[in-house]
Formats: sequence, C-alpha cells, structure tokens
Amino acid sequence: MKKSDWPLWEVFIRSKQGLNHKHVGSLRAADAEMAIENARDVYTRRSEGISIWVLESKNIHASDPQEADSLYDPAHSKVYRHPTFYDVPDGISHM
Amino acid sequence: MADDSLILGHRLSEWCGHGPILEEDIALTNISLDLIGQATNLFQYAGKIEGKGRDEDQLAFLRYEKEYKNSLLVEQPNGDFGMTIMRQFLFDAYRLPLFEALTKSSDAQIAAIAEKSLKETKYHYRHSAEWVIRLGDGTEESHQRIQKSLDLLWRYSSDLFTSDDIQTEAEQNGISPSIEEIKGLWSKNVYSVLEQATLVIPDNKWEQNGGRAGKHSEHLGYLLAELQYMQRAYPNMEW
Repeated sequence: MKKSDWPLWEVFIRSKQGLNHKHVGSLRAADAEMAIENARDVYTRRSEGISIWVLESKNIHASDPQEADSLYDPAHSKVYRHPTFYDVPDGISHM
Repeated sequence: MADDSLILGHRLSEWCGHGPILEEDIALTNISLDLIGQATNLFQYAGKIEGKGRDEDQLAFLRYEKEYKNSLLVEQPNGDFGMTIMRQFLFDAYRLPLFEALTKSSDAQIAAIAEKSLKETKYHYRHSAEWVIRLGDGTEESHQRIQKSLDLLWRYSSDLFTSDDIQTEAEQNGISPSIEEIKGLWSKNVYSVLEQATLVIPDNKWEQNGGRAGKHSEHLGYLLAELQYMQRAYPNMEW
C-alpha cells in the first residue's frame, strides 16, 4: 500500500431486526467520520441497517489459520461441553 | 425546483463510473438518484396542476432549453471533483433551508414532498460541506483547486435566489417562504463553512443571473441533448 492511500476500515451494520452488528465488508476512508459516511453510502443504500460501526482494519488482531488444528480440533471430541445431557423438568418454559 | 433537481441530478450521474474512489462514486450517484427522485415528485405535481395531461417524463425530456427554469449554478459542468463538490455545496446550502421552510407550506402536496426530500437533503449537505472543509483545509493542491472552483462558481450562486412574479405570488399565498429569508440562511451557512475551509469569497462581485427566466449558459444545451436523446430518437420508449 502506498503511504498516500487512505487506511482500510471494516464495516459492521446492525439491521432493524438484528440485535448485534454484523461484519458486512470493508472500505477506504481518510478518517472515522468519512468511513461512517462512506459506509452509509456503500452498505446501507438498500435499507440494510439502522446503525453503523467502523473499525480500522489494522486494529483487528486475528488468530493464525496455520494453528487451526491445535486451536479448534480438540473441542470436537468434547460433547460433554454441550448442555444436552440435562433433563429439563416439566413446567420450565422458555428453554 | 424540479428543473434544479433534474439538471443537477443529471450532472451528478455523469460521475457514474468516474468517481475518484469507489466509495465516492457511489455517494455521488446516490445523491444523483435522490435528486432525480425529487424531480419526479415535483414534475408529477406540476403536470397535475398544469392540467394539460403532461406527465413527469414529458416535462423532463420533451421541453426546449428556454423552458427550463433551473438556476445557472446547477447546469455548470462537473469540472474536477472539487468543482463538483463546491457546486453541490452551494446548492445544498440553499436547498436545506428551503425544504425546511416548505414543510410548512400552505400547499399540502408541496409540504409532503418537502418532508420527504428534507431527509435526503440533510445528508447531501453534510456530505458536501464535509468535503468542502476537507479539500479547503487539506493539502496545498486541494486548497488551491477548490478555491479556484469557488472563484468560478460564486458568480452563479445568486441566481438561485432570483425572484419573479410567480415566486412573489407563491410567497403571498404562503406556498413558498420568502426567498430573501432563505438567502439569509444560505449566506450564514455558506460563510461559516467556507471560513472553516479557509476559503476566501472572491473579490469580484459580478453576478450572472437568468436561469429562472430560461436564459441559460451554453452548457445546458449540450446537457439536454444527451438527456433527451432517447426520448427524441425513440418517442414514448420505456425501459
């Protein structure tokens, strides 16, 4: 990336029905204010949302895909971590 | 008002695919579509009042140059991005207080159109004012370019506020707010943003007017040739 290029931003939108902001894509902008305006124009023009978050991409730290085996595979054999072995007593609703 | 929206909307549509960055390309074409939408609503209503059976397409595509009453400002060519932004800013700063006042129009249909358009215009103004400040108070190059745009466009800004018999009558009937009052609000906003942008209003106080009377600059004819081509070449075509 050239030094003169604008930084990259990740855009998160909360839809009308949604409870949380979801990642929808990225864009370039000179600062946070411009990033929100650009996100409004690029990602909400078809009524996708009612709230926008933007985050400079460089501030996101990600797990290493090379380490996926050691990070996630061990969880596969631990079915007892799912709360599926409990009997729910009659009369308990909203479970 | 319909002509202002249509012509400026068409000008902005010329940016489609040519914006300086993808995000701004989409922003400009969004604004273009907002303006053409406003023009549609206003033309529909104008056609109804006229009562000669002309619909919005006939009013938009099948009049001659002198029948267009848009201000000289909106027909000026796009120039560079700074020029487009300055033209947009000078226009948005006029449209914002105008639509605000028109929500209280004695004409219910005009008030309803203003209500809907006001939301769009608030964003247009925010977008263009923000860019005027960024470019004016930006780099040496951006400052010098947008100052040049202001020097060129300033002479057309007063054409937005030209009054005539129809305007006077609309003011007397409470359909329109006082155009002088709108000009006062426009000046206040424009001066404050230009100051933040470190831009200077040109010394040359010469004003060019005539758009509202159908006396246009040479640029409108070329614009209309492109805008009207399809309807002229293939009358009544739809797509």
